[in-house]
Amino acid sequence: MTRDVTLEQMQHWLLHYADQIEQEQATLTRLDAAIGDADHGVNMQHGAEKMRAKINDLTDCHDIDVFLRTIAMTLISSIGGAAGPLYGVFFLRASKEAGPGDVISLDRLAQMFQVGLESIQQRGHARLGDKTMVDALAPAVEALRLATDAGQSTTEALAVASEAAEAGMLATIDMEAKKGRASYLGPRSIGHQDPGATSAYLLVASAAATLGN
Amino acid sequence: MVNLVIVSHSARLAEGVKELAGSMIDGDVTIIAVGGIAEGDDYRLGTDPMRIHAALEEVWSEAGVLLLVDLGSAVLSATLALDFLTPEQRATCLISNAPLVEGAVIAALEAGLGHSLEEVNQAAEATAQFEKIPRSLNSY
Repeated sequence: MTRDVTLEQMQHWLLHYADQIEQEQATLTRLDAAIGDADHGVNMQHGAEKMRAKINDLTDCHDIDVFLRTIAMTLISSIGGAAGPLYGVFFLRASKEAGPGDVISLDRLAQMFQVGLESIQQRGHARLGDKTMVDALAPAVEALRLATDAGQSTTEALAVASEAAEAGMLATIDMEAKKGRASYLGPRSIGHQDPGATSAYLLVASAAATLGN
Repeated sequence: MVNLVIVSHSARLAEGVKELAGSMIDGDVTIIAVGGIAEGDDYRLGTDPMRIHAALEEVWSEAGVLLLVDLGSAVLSATLALDFLTPEQRATCLISNAPLVEGAVIAALEAGLGHSLEEVNQAAEATAQFEKIPRSLNSY
């Protein structure tokens, strides 16, 4: 059983993510219209388009760190809302953790998600339970770490991470928003699923669909 | 001279604030407007950390740069832009907590007088307490 993840798989991951964002754009917009400014779907759609074009242009890339850094800079410059800097620092930090070369271990992938999550929390000052993307990512990171340490395969580990992200995303429905535009609504934000947690779940679900073996 | 970078989700709002603040300048303060996300020949609403970074590189001097921002993700984008500067540059850049319009106008005035970055920012942030309308007018 190999537990490595290749650069080619990562390219598939983020192309798959771009497709998911396009498919779910209307859902992200609807969720954000309920508790925010209805721009998360459109913003992520712009990021997805630019990301796909960049991946297709980047045929000469042989290092995972260069690839992820390019993704980070592309998202930072194209998303436009808070998600731009936040997904941007996730991939910037993950890129440093990955290092050069075209293959990394599952353990390194788990570490990439861990430090990426930390950089999002540092930047956005969001904690677990604040009804943000952190509520989907943090349970996924923890599940990925536990499954990796338990010796599970990449496919199994990412499947449980994706399930944890989905549960975390659904748990935001009952939360009161503490960050971002939704926090202006106070208790009225309860009863709505967080759009940021939704796009973050899609990122993990795409990883589960593409990085396994 | 302290220079200013105006950050808004709207390209037109950023340009308008620059125009208004620029009308206060007597010295050689440079103001750059960074608004919206470039889309073809036009801009949609949003903030672009890399364009903010480019603006900071362009106007940075040892006297420093004050960033005036509108709301929400403008702050996140501005902080990320600062991360891409050298530590030396970053040490003399400040994101102001001031209201965008009032803060930019006063900051331009203060910067034009040759005041320090801290003085310019304090004056800009103090505009949050400005009484636009005398209370007596609002009492009926």
